[in-house]
Amino acid sequence: MTAQTAIVRAKLTARTRVWLQGLGGLVGFALLLEIVPRIGIVSPDYLPPFSAIMAALFEEMRSATFWTALGATLEAWAIGLAISLVAGVTIGIAIGSSHALRSLTHSTIEFLRPIPSVALIPLAVLLFGSQLESTLILVIYASFWQVLIQVLYGVQDVDPVARETARCYGLNAWAQIRYVTWPTVLPYLMTGIRLAAAVALILAITSEVAIDTQGLGKEISDTESGGAVAIMYAYVIVAGIIGVIVNLGARALERRVLAWHPSVRLDAAEAAG
Amino acid sequence: MSNLMPPSRRVAVVLALPVTLIAAWWITSADSQSFYFPPLQTILQTFAKLWFSPQALQNVVPSLVRFSIGYLAAALLGIGIGIPVGASRNLRNVLEPVLEFLRAIPPPVLVPVLILFAGIGDEMKTLVIVFGCIWPVLLNAVAGVCALDDVLAEVVRSYRIGRLARLWHFVLPGASPQIFTGLRQSLSIGIILMVVSEMFAASDGIGFALVQYQRTFAIPEMWSGIILLGIIGIVLSQIFRAIEAWLLGWYHGLRQSQRAN
Repeated sequence: MTAQTAIVRAKLTARTRVWLQGLGGLVGFALLLEIVPRIGIVSPDYLPPFSAIMAALFEEMRSATFWTALGATLEAWAIGLAISLVAGVTIGIAIGSSHALRSLTHSTIEFLRPIPSVALIPLAVLLFGSQLESTLILVIYASFWQVLIQVLYGVQDVDPVARETARCYGLNAWAQIRYVTWPTVLPYLMTGIRLAAAVALILAITSEVAIDTQGLGKEISDTESGGAVAIMYAYVIVAGIIGVIVNLGARALERRVLAWHPSVRLDAAEAAG
Repeated sequence: MSNLMPPSRRVAVVLALPVTLIAAWWITSADSQSFYFPPLQTILQTFAKLWFSPQALQNVVPSLVRFSIGYLAAALLGIGIGIPVGASRNLRNVLEPVLEFLRAIPPPVLVPVLILFAGIGDEMKTLVIVFGCIWPVLLNAVAGVCALDDVLAEVVRSYRIGRLARLWHFVLPGASPQIFTGLRQSLSIGIILMVVSEMFAASDGIGFALVQYQRTFAIPEMWSGIILLGIIGIVLSQIFRAIEAWLLGWYHGLRQSQRAN
């Protein structure tokens, strides 16, 4: 009993230490950003001290512009991601379930996937100008493939014995998808969602920087050309924080949804024991 | 399974859908009056005229040179920094949150930031690619070094294998599958940044040409530029695959035999 509590305590202090070290790293990074412009290694005109950036951030957070831009970025990200998820999952399961369809579409998918979605920027501008639809085209084109490819991998990974068993027991097509295919695809899908969420954010911001659709990216390029450097860095930091939240959120979702899955259960068992 | 098919049928399966799609595009657009969607024939004629000419090189070459320099620099820096960070537990704990934050910043926002420092020249565009591509490589190198086989590490230590030999024969190969995952993510980020940095501010480059065509409503030229970018994306990913197959052939073979057992 005492030995066990000692082990638990040692684990806790180890975890606190990692946490403190990480915090130290972040504080050190902030200090670096404060000192470098102050002692003139980099001109404060290009990189204002960290305190000035934070002051600009808090000032900006009181304005409506900030919240509209943030909302616009998140809206484009969420809608684009949702559409590519639904499309990726349905098309992926449909193609993956048939061997003939899979081999017929393979070359086309491999051909279309590496086409950079920024190539579509001029077309999007012509069709929709700087509207939400332009962003959506880029976001969906980029993140759809991430989801589709993972779903296709997942469907291929279905255990043949499980599939045969399901068929022997007379499960209909829908039940086979629900009870055999879906649980196998889910871990792959979660990887796809994690990748797609990050890519969708990158493309949403790309579109805002390159074609001036509403959002954080537009604020960044506007404040840069307007010379409001501190505010520009404030928006860069906000974009980074959103990125971190998206990454952590996707990882948390993955752990939560796959709590039953052996890979996650093993990790959890190792972490606990 | 598809390996058992006769070669002629395999070729047919690979080509069937692409050929159908291109034929469908050709036929449906053949007498297209739409301003934005010209006939495919016109696009392809423009493509041949535009990109197989000497002045096309003025736009394609600078883009590819900036991309290659930026991507290679990011790869070297990412591996060079990632391996020592991954090897030291304390360094890793201190730096990981900062690195995760820097990685999470969507790279296109670096374009305006770096314009401040480096103007709108080649340096800015190359730096944007370096700063955008380095994080996936770096973080994957860190993770790869962390996940090195413990037993092998002990063996290497007991045999007192020197630093350089350890790096070359144990650390680099062991971490290389992870590093390649990072390099692959960086490849598409690099292409995005190559184009975006040129669209934002440039006097040459594919992205610059593309925006010019779009602004002057030179629609067939614009479409041919889109196709060119698509081809560049495909070619770069094929080159990447060939290099990966060459350097990681041992790893894929190992995985396959493990899976077969």
